Amino acid sequence: MQWSWEFTYEIMPRMLWATLNTLMAAGIGYAIAVVLGLVLALAQRTPYRGLTLVVREVVEFIRSTPLVLQIFFVYYVGPQYGLNLSPWVAGMIAIGLHYASYLSEVYRGGIESVAKGQWEACTALNMTPMKTYFRVIIPQALPPSVAGMGNYLVGIVKDTPMLSVIGVAELMHAANAIGGQNYRYLEPYTIVGVVFLMISLPSAGLIRAFEAWVRRKLGMR
Amino acid sequence: MSYPEFLAEYGGRYIDGALITAAQFILAAALAIVMALIMGLLKLSSNPIAKGVAVVYIEFFRGTSLLVQLFWLFYVLPLFGLTFDKFTTGFVAVGLNLGAYGAELVRGAIQSVPKGQWEASYALSMSPAAQMRRIILPQAFVAMLPPWGNLIIELLKGTALVALIAVSDLMFEARQINGSTYLSAQAFGTALIIYYIFARFLITPFMRWLERVMARRLGRG
Repeated sequence: MQWSWEFTYEIMPRMLWATLNTLMAAGIGYAIAVVLGLVLALAQRTPYRGLTLVVREVVEFIRSTPLVLQIFFVYYVGPQYGLNLSPWVAGMIAIGLHYASYLSEVYRGGIESVAKGQWEACTALNMTPMKTYFRVIIPQALPPSVAGMGNYLVGIVKDTPMLSVIGVAELMHAANAIGGQNYRYLEPYTIVGVVFLMISLPSAGLIRAFEAWVRRKLGMR
Repeated sequence: MSYPEFLAEYGGRYIDGALITAAQFILAAALAIVMALIMGLLKLSSNPIAKGVAVVYIEFFRGTSLLVQLFWLFYVLPLFGLTFDKFTTGFVAVGLNLGAYGAELVRGAIQSVPKGQWEASYALSMSPAAQMRRIILPQAFVAMLPPWGNLIIELLKGTALVALIAVSDLMFEARQINGSTYLSAQAFGTALIIYYIFARFLITPFMRWLERVMARRLGRG
């Protein structure tokens, strides 16, 4: 089997469009995860012991079961009860929820790294819990969380191929379709690999630079 | 069909699937551990070629997704005359992928062993091999066990993808049962619960036990 550059050029526009879909899927999924992850993290810090235990177990459940199975679950269980979700909506819910559980752990670590004196100072200044979190704690919890958040951003990009199983038209889906139509799998699958390498190779350096920038902006270190 | 009836009807197939998943998990974990150890040590080597091999392996398998690697091995390698059966392809892909993440853990753990340990074993004129085997690796092993616990759960989740190349594992059976019964909540929910039991009640306690035993053997427990 020979690598065909002609075929590569022919399928390139379609692959690049699909790459945009991949980035969009990762972006939307990540946006859901960033917000929902914070909710899951804060829900474990309320005075209600029962709530903490339930949320903790839910997070553990989502973290330790396969994402691809969760994608199937969300996509197929809706119609059973009369709720039809499009592949995009089901996929975004599944991947967003999965990464929310990861990010909640990152936030938890970040929040726990804030010095105890900061909490005491907030109490002494008679700040409301809302103000304590959003003005004092979370801004300081952010820099130690940036590295973890960045790693999971790269992780979510690399997990989007799983969305192809329910027909989300991202990169892997395009590669499968092209491979099936032309009986040539070498070029499409290799291009997918190269695209992911091009996204993930520079990411480690970018994350470190961004972390330094956040610290500078917040006047830490 | 009530849930007990569903279990009575299809329980046997879930058990068959779970056994295949367990086999995939054990074989992939063994391969991942071997690859992690070899590549982690090579990355610390002062020989630029050995180091280069490790860097390429780690960046390649961490930088492209597991699903892409699995499909590449399954659809592209046969084009070059290399054909493995799907069961082998499945655990090899999962093992190679997670081995790359493991290699970074091995490297980090070895580097975290205090410098004095290297100097002391050198002063006792141990050979480099004996130094590694008797002094450095046992300490590195204890240091890297907790992150390996997380990685092993990721590996279990990764094995669910082999269903997509038609290995009849737990996820594969769940899809088949969903296809013939349309009872999606039961079909996928049961599989999710079995994965959760594997992760939370078998693998996690085993890793905790291993952490305790190893710490005690080093005289730190």
